Parts: sequence; C-alpha cells; structure tokens
Amino acid sequence: MASVSMTVNGTAVTASIDPRTLLVQYLRETLRLTGTHVGCDTSQCGACVVHVDGKAVKSCTVLAVSCDGAAVTTIEGLAHGTELHPMQAAFREHHGLQCGFCTPGMIMTAVDLVNRKGGALDEHTVREELEGNICRCTGYHNIVKAVQAGAAAMAGSGQQIAAE
Amino acid sequence: MTATGIGAPVRRKEDFRFITGQGRYTDDINQPGQTYAVFVRSPHAHAAIKSIDATAAKASPGVLAVLTGDDLAADKVGGLICGWMIHNKDGSPMRAGGHPALAQGKVRYVGDHVAVVIAETYAQARDAAEKVAVDYTVLPAVVDMVAATQKGAATVHDVAPDNVVYDWHLGDKASTDAAFARAKHVTKLDIVNNRLVPNPMEPRAAIGDYDGGTEAFTLYTTSQNPHVARLVLSAFIGIAPEHKLRVIAPDVGGGFGSKIFIYAEETVCVWAAKKVGRPVKWVSDRTEAFLCDAHGRDHLTHAELALDDKGKILAMRVKTKANLGAYLSTFASSVPTYLYAPLLSGQYDIPAIYCEVEGVYTTTAPVDAYRGAGRPEATFVVERLVEVAARQLGQDPAAFRKKNFIRKFPHQTPVIMAYDTGDYSASLDKALDMADYKNFGKRKRESARAGKLRGIGFSAYIEACGIAPSQAVGSLGAGVGLWESAEVRVNPVGTVEVLTGSHSHGQGHETTFAQLVSDRLGIPIDQVAIVHGDTDKVQFGMGTYGSRSGAVGMSAISKALDKVVAKAKKVAAYALEASDGDIEFKDGRFSVAGTDRSLAFGEVALQAYIAHKFSGQDLEPGLKEGAFYDPTNFTFPSGVHICELEIDPETGTIKIDRWTAVDDFGNVINPMIVEGQVHGGIAQGVGQALFEGAHYDKDGQLVTASYMDYCMPRADDLPSFAVGTTVTPCPSNPLGIKGCGEAGAIAAPPAVINAITDALGHEDVTMPATPQAVWHAVQKVQRVLAAE
Repeated sequence: MASVSMTVNGTAVTASIDPRTLLVQYLRETLRLTGTHVGCDTSQCGACVVHVDGKAVKSCTVLAVSCDGAAVTTIEGLAHGTELHPMQAAFREHHGLQCGFCTPGMIMTAVDLVNRKGGALDEHTVREELEGNICRCTGYHNIVKAVQAGAAAMAGSGQQIAAE
Repeated sequence: MTATGIGAPVRRKEDFRFITGQGRYTDDINQPGQTYAVFVRSPHAHAAIKSIDATAAKASPGVLAVLTGDDLAADKVGGLICGWMIHNKDGSPMRAGGHPALAQGKVRYVGDHVAVVIAETYAQARDAAEKVAVDYTVLPAVVDMVAATQKGAATVHDVAPDNVVYDWHLGDKASTDAAFARAKHVTKLDIVNNRLVPNPMEPRAAIGDYDGGTEAFTLYTTSQNPHVARLVLSAFIGIAPEHKLRVIAPDVGGGFGSKIFIYAEETVCVWAAKKVGRPVKWVSDRTEAFLCDAHGRDHLTHAELALDDKGKILAMRVKTKANLGAYLSTFASSVPTYLYAPLLSGQYDIPAIYCEVEGVYTTTAPVDAYRGAGRPEATFVVERLVEVAARQLGQDPAAFRKKNFIRKFPHQTPVIMAYDTGDYSASLDKALDMADYKNFGKRKRESARAGKLRGIGFSAYIEACGIAPSQAVGSLGAGVGLWESAEVRVNPVGTVEVLTGSHSHGQGHETTFAQLVSDRLGIPIDQVAIVHGDTDKVQFGMGTYGSRSGAVGMSAISKALDKVVAKAKKVAAYALEASDGDIEFKDGRFSVAGTDRSLAFGEVALQAYIAHKFSGQDLEPGLKEGAFYDPTNFTFPSGVHICELEIDPETGTIKIDRWTAVDDFGNVINPMIVEGQVHGGIAQGVGQALFEGAHYDKDGQLVTASYMDYCMPRADDLPSFAVGTTVTPCPSNPLGIKGCGEAGAIAAPPAVINAITDALGHEDVTMPATPQAVWHAVQKVQRVLAAE
C-alpha cells in the first residue's frame, strides 16, 4: 500500500491505497466522487477529465500516487453550491447534454480550453479542441454552441475555474 | 402555448444533476458488503471446452467463488431467450440454438462467457480470472456470413447444421416478378450494410443483491426496459418469481438499443448474489462492450427496382442475408425481418414488393437492434436504389422522388404497413429550399476550381415507430404486447407524480412528460415529478426503444390524465355544490359554467383526499388514476435529409459542407429536445457512412475492439446541422406524435453515400467510406478518365 495526499475540490485528503490505483478509481471508489466517469479505459473518450494543478487530464490514465501533493478539481468542485459555473449553465441552456455521461468530462475540458485560449472561440477551434472527448448522444452540435456560450460568459465574468 | 407547456423549448429538469456530477448511474451505486465479478471470456471464436480448472483462481487472495456453466445447470437456471418467433417460408419455426449465460460445453465467439470470478475487490477478481485454466479444443471459426451457409462450414449450433436460422419472406413474389417482366428499366444494386457497435458512452453494469430474510432479489442494471428484464429473468431464465425480483435501472448513459437486451452478465450477477450471499457488482470495460454488447446492422443485400418508361416505380425485389452472430439476442430475429422488410416501400407508391431474408449464425457477437433497427437498413436499400435509378434514367433525383411519392393517405403498402398520414413533397420542398439546391451547380464548379469534388445526396426516409398494436405484433411473432402504462398520482397539495413504463436514458422524459402534465393540469412544471426505471415503483411497462416513448408512453399518460380530470370534476362538483355536467376545467381551475365560482387544481386535490364534501359511498376518496395504452397503429415519421460534401481527391478525406434535415414528427412537445435527437441520430448515421465498422479477422478475432481501432465520430468530423420540420399530426394517437429518436440514424447513411457517389460519378463505394476507401474510389474514376 502507498500513502497519497492531495487536495480535491479544496479539501485536503490522505489515503493509503494500492499503488496501481488510478486517479479516477481513487476519486470514484475511495472519495465517492462519482461525477467523474470511465467510458473507455484507453484515454480516448474523455469522460474522466479532471483538472490537476489547473490542467485538464484524463484521470483514467494517471496513477493516483503520481498526484501526491497536487490540487485536483472534479466536476463536483465547479459550482458554488447551487450557483452554477458559467460553463455548466451554458450546457443546460444550450441542451449540450442528453444522457449526461460524457458531460462532466466535456465541461472540464471546455473550462480548460477557455483557460488556455480565452473566451472568443470560433466553431472550428472548439471542434478541434474537443477531439479528445467523445459524445454519442448529441452529435456535438449543441455542445459546440454551449462551449462557445460558456466561454463568452466566463470571459465576461472574468471567471477562471472556480475552485483554483 | 405556455412557457412550460406543449410546444415550448423547456430547459431540461434533469440537467442539474448531470452537469454537477450528481447523476446516479449503476456504477455510481455501491451496496454494503459488495463483491466484484470479473468474467473469464473465450479467447477463441469457436471451441469446445474440455475442462475448466479453477483451483488456482479459487486459492487466489480475496476470491469467494468461481462459477461456471455447470453451476448454472445445477441450479436449473434457464438460458437467455429470443422473444420473437420467425417462421420460415415453409411455415416451420426458426432454428434457435441454446444460449446459456455461462458456456456449457462450447464457446461460440470471442468474449463468450466461460466463468465468473467473484472476489472482495475488483483487482483481486481480475487477478484471479487470469488464473482460471480453460482447456479448449479449437474449432473452425465461421466469420463470413456467405461462407457460413456453404458446404464445409463448421456448424455453430447443432439445431441449424447449415447455420441458417431462418429463411423468411414477405410480399407477393408472383406480382413482383410479373412487374419486373414488363419493366422498361431495371436498376440493380449490391449493398453492404456495415456491422456497427452501438457504443453508448456508459458501459453496461449490474449489481445483483439477495435478501435472505425476504428471499427477494434486487438487480441494478443499465437497462432501457427494466420490466422486460424482470419478466425475462423471472419467467424464462427462472431466477425468481416477479414479486421476488426488483429491477432498477437508474440513470442510464445512453442505450441506442444495446441496453434493451437481457445479457449474460446481469443474469449471472443476480444469480451469483444468492450463491455468495453478498451483493455482486460487475462493470463492463470498453473492450468487453465491443466484444459482447449486441452489435447492429450487418446485411448483405441484392436489390432491384423495376421502372416504366417514364421512371415510375413498378416493383422492388430484395434479397438479404443477415448476420445474427453466435446466439439469438433478445429481439435479434425481428430486426432483419418485421422491422426491415415492411419499410421497403419508403415514401414511394410501389405496387409490388417481394423480400427474402436469410438469417445466419456466425461465430461473432450477437447482432440485434441498434438505433433504427432494420429501418436504417431498409432505408439504405430504398434510397440507394431510387438515387441510382434516377441517375441511370438521367432524371433529377429530387424530381424523380417527387414523381414517385405517395400522395394519398391512408396508404396501404404491399408490405403490411398502412401509412396514416404525411406530406412528403412538403418536406422535400422545404429541404431543397433550406439546402439552396438551385445553386448547387455553382458551388460544385467552385469546388472543382479548387481541385475538390463536390457532391449532393438525398435521403427521403420513412420509419415505423411507436411500436406497436399488441395484437398486430403478436400476429407477427412477438412474445410480448407493446402497449405502455402510466399512473398519475395527485398528492393532496396538488403536486403530481407520474409513474411511467417508459425509460429515459438521455431522451429527456423528465422534462417532456412533465410538460404534458403541466399543460393539461395547468400546474407549474416544477410541481410534476416523473418516476421511471424501478419495477417496485412502476407496476409494469415495456420500456424505451423504437421511438415509442412519445407516441405510446405519453399517450398512456394522456389517457391517465383524462381519468384524473374526470374524477377531479366530480370532486369539484361536490365541493362547488354543482352538478358534474356544469363543471369546466381550464387553465388549472375547475369552475361552474356561467358563474364566478371556481377552485384551483390543488384545492380540488385536497378536497379529494379530505373527502369532507362527499360521501365515500358515492365517490371514492383520493386522486390517482392509471392507464394502459395500446396503440392503434404504428406511427410513420418521415422526412428528407440532404448532405452536401467535398472530397479531396488527393487524400480521400471528406468534409461535410452542409447538412439539411426536414422531418415530420407530427406534433412536437419540446422542439429543443427533438432537435437534439435529430442531431445525435445524424451523427450516428454519418458515423456508419464514413467511420464505423466492426471487423473480425478470419479467425474471428474482433480487431476493432477499442476506441483506438473503432472510429467514433468526433466533434471535428461533423458540421453543424440545419434542422427544420413540417407537421402532419399523427391521427393514430391522442397527442398527434410520431416519434423522433431514430430519424437521423435512418436518414443519414444513404444521404452521405448518395453525395459521395454523386461527387465521384460512380456507385462503387461501400460503408464506411473511409479516406482510404474514398481515395481508391477516386483512383478508379481517374483510371477511367485516363483510359478515355
């Protein structure tokens, strides 16, 4: 077993885990933060995207022990209580989700995208940047609209990712 | 229309939990004392099992049990079933082999279930599964469905020595042949409808639980139809009687058909929970999903269209071979037969149709319904034939279609279906306008100047949804009735719970269904809760597939709401001291006609429960009504999709430049949700046409078993879509709804391939039209040009 300590959604956590535990398993099974999903096991689908030290990573491909000392933000850490993050609000407003399974990863990727590229995003950029996130329900049409609207709202409010 | 009523683009009530990470999918649920199951799967496509040695696995840390097909047999657990009987041309029944949840003596595809290891942790179960030693005698794989029925092929199931499950037909052969004999022109096509893997983003999962005190089982599962799962597990597989088996399908992350079926893993989890005396959880990984979720499509078809000298269609003749895989999945037999051939008339007035279908066993994963289920395959046949016929006759493909459209309704086709209503020309005209068809030639010339090949493709589809009148499907071989149930429970404070047998796994029922209730009862939408997915809450239901939840599920709710209003009127009459006939209900208020005396809906609900104003002998207290709605007909959504694309001849890559969809779904409850369904369907249809294909090698190994090998459509592969509607209300249900869930997936593949072949100038392209395939197709054109 290995000891690992990190900050998750602003709370310090420490646990003794099997060294082969993936970050996503640690979040889901140990911390019971089940908003982060596993869709493919091969780093293709992006349902597992969280932020580690402010950058989007696929948590199915990161060992939890390698995140020792890191600050992790998951979908559960994005809203302030019932006040949604602008990107979450945009997904609801623009019907950017159907079954909801890919949605946490999509939103975390989108927030990271805005943090990197700013709030004025054209459709082509959004589509290229979402290449690592697969959605089977929406055909991406409304996800693209939601990301563009969420990006503009984030820029307008001067908001970077909430919990960091 | 109110802000939350019928026709309003209400934002979804269910979204808050999903966008904040509070959805509750099966894998998010954990039970105290839970154990973990990992399946030992066949590495061979076809093999006899000589022995299974689980000694080392059982001694592995944390292992509680290793169970095999022998244990299932010892407990008299029945096999998985196929619930739709198909008869051969000679009237004899189809030949269905046994389908044990864990293999008994033989494995028939890679991934087939050999044993299950149950351990304290997932990692321990996985480690131990590696230690189960299975001694196989490898048998020849049967991969190619043509070779499967030829002499010398190995037999997959003894009951079908030649691997033919059924040899079925529909239509009138004699009149069809006669029409072909007098035809001035015959268009012929050989068509491959590629094999697909449904790939909902949430992999399947199950938790089986057993309460020794009450002798009752609970199964949490990723199901589109939990009541059907309970029925099958109870009545056929024999796990437990229905009143001792609760099936819960919580939030489900997409289905697309693949979560209709009752699979081995769910069966084993619920059975094993009693064996080990602890809850048993299994979660599929993505490769298991590729190997074992039922696949879709996989047809080989030869099709012919007979035409007169003016281009009027006289007849259609179709011969299809359908790969059903290694076992008959739950509804597999119906998909290439009754969900396929009855759609071959498309939107066209075709006097004679004859279709023959041979269903074939191979040593590949079972094939069953995938979004559209038979209807995309039929539409691909019809729309490719029609397109090629128009080209061969030198006629504009839009004008050719229009000339052959059905114009009078109701219309009886020669293949069972009686279309109730539609206006096919209206959809086509609107689509042509939205797509700016008249300037296509100009755009094609501009593309040519840039060295690109531009093409345009049409697809005028029809589907049969709202499945279906129970007597009708029963006469065709279905093992179940296909009505839907609803119960409307009005609480004393006027809030409402609606229990529905439909199941939402992305379709937004919690919003759409609540809109109907809000509209009819005149109460705010946030006072309405939709309850589904739990057999202990909802009495019975047939679930969600085949675009049936609006047309059938909501019709049941509508019927129950009628009863609620009728009962509430009686309560209001007592409370307002008037006669029943004088009570009017409008905008959420019951009033006495011609007076200013009225009560709000919530006040009447309270009166119903306190029962102070009427005698319980005259009127039962309470306000709760249920309904079972059995449809009077299928519904027939239709529409026209137009795909315009550019091919780069140097690389074979395709860019879809514009996509126009004009659909007639009848009345629409929530246009935002309906548009979303169209978008998603188109993406899956484009996926079939351009990217997706399940491939087995000659040994029966699935070589496309991950997202690194099976190409799912990504955001940068697709355009934004221009979506419009026309409306002819459906006369066959009280809400006028036709259904929208599968339209895009049905319409899109022929639109794409018609556009590619238009750009190329020849028909020799099969799906998926990958850049490599398209590049080769371009070379063929250039070789022809060079030779000229």
